[in-house]
Amino acid sequence: MSRNVLALAAGVFFGLVIVAVAVFYNPFVSQQELSPLAVTDNEVVHLSYSVAATDALVYTNNGESQIAPHPPRVAQLWEPTVLDTTVSVNVLKDSRGRVAGLGVKFASDSDETSILDGKALINSVWHIYLPQRGSLSIQQTENYWRYIQDIVFPAYRSSGDNWRGNWLQTISDGPGPLGLGWAAGGSGEFAGIDTSAVEALSAKAYTIDLGPVAMTGELSIEMPPAKPGTSGEPQ
Amino acid sequence: MFKSLIAGILLGIVAGAAAIYFVPVVDLARERSIIDVTPNGGNREVFHANIPDDRILIGVPDQAEPLPRGLEWPRDELFANSRTELFKIRNANDVVVGVASRIAASGPDGGIVEWVLHLPARGSGYILMRPKAAEETFRSGDLRSGTREFAGLVGSATERWVATAGGDAGPAGRLELSTRFVGTLEDES
Repeated sequence: MSRNVLALAAGVFFGLVIVAVAVFYNPFVSQQELSPLAVTDNEVVHLSYSVAATDALVYTNNGESQIAPHPPRVAQLWEPTVLDTTVSVNVLKDSRGRVAGLGVKFASDSDETSILDGKALINSVWHIYLPQRGSLSIQQTENYWRYIQDIVFPAYRSSGDNWRGNWLQTISDGPGPLGLGWAAGGSGEFAGIDTSAVEALSAKAYTIDLGPVAMTGELSIEMPPAKPGTSGEPQ
Repeated sequence: MFKSLIAGILLGIVAGAAAIYFVPVVDLARERSIIDVTPNGGNREVFHANIPDDRILIGVPDQAEPLPRGLEWPRDELFANSRTELFKIRNANDVVVGVASRIAASGPDGGIVEWVLHLPARGSGYILMRPKAAEETFRSGDLRSGTREFAGLVGSATERWVATAGGDAGPAGRLELSTRFVGTLEDES
């Protein structure tokens, strides 16, 4: 009798392990690696920032997460409604590596997250101000499934509690078609435009203690073609 | 014993799959929306930030006492004429329901004043204010775009400063953001 109970318990354990492995390595889950904007004929504005919290001007969360707020005395988001939210303020650089402006990023866990579908979702919104160009907001859903699979999990498995490598992945997963995020222009050369945007992560190092250590976020914003008569050229 | 092991494995698979399917991974805390319906004016919802308690960041160069303490704001000439602020945002019951950024900048073309509201359980809104305050008491603007609950809405917003008794730490009061958003016919079809 007791042997049967032990066998049943061991079976349940193995069954749970099988489910966990099958879900984690689900071969039917795919995520596009490259930006759909890579093939557009329109001008694309590229902006980059360091994902490491200590490189941000300000990074805050609930104060109990793996990544510590920065600077340490910043107000923390401990209230229940914002407990799963992070806010970071980043210096944005253009494609030549020059400082181009500031970006405030709000990101919250999404209740549409579905482990069975390979979707570890985050709803995020950017508030971007580029002093010489204008301002805009980017709204998107991000999928971190591949990030967890390829970086976070291997870091936990590693004896050194870290991950190193070269990893590039588009994390935007909607709400637009082809997983594109939406950008709405506010002022300057972005005034009035509604367009597509994509965010990708380029990672080189991650540690369990600090989170992303050497990781760059790359924003690509498609600029719609100028309408005839708006380019300033004589008609 | 072998049959028990097999039965256990099947039970474990079913239980694991059911748990993953039915138990939500993310369960966001939600507050009831406090909305007034105004005559011919759409839905009015008022948010506010209690100052100084709800202010997370004042992003301007060369502050004597930076907020947060330890902040190193870039001294780049690019940011000389701009001010970036972060707030926790509360509803009419004074409960924190989200976070918001406010960017103000002056320039030859008149400058900008913009808000992004992020309410994790509801969505986000991007609001463009007219830089010049009306009668120096309030500033008005329009919803530029929104996501989820705010997607497809149109409407206006006003911001105003409501002062209360200040202390040694500087001015105290409430930064109020009153929104009037309404759905469009296109959205309903």
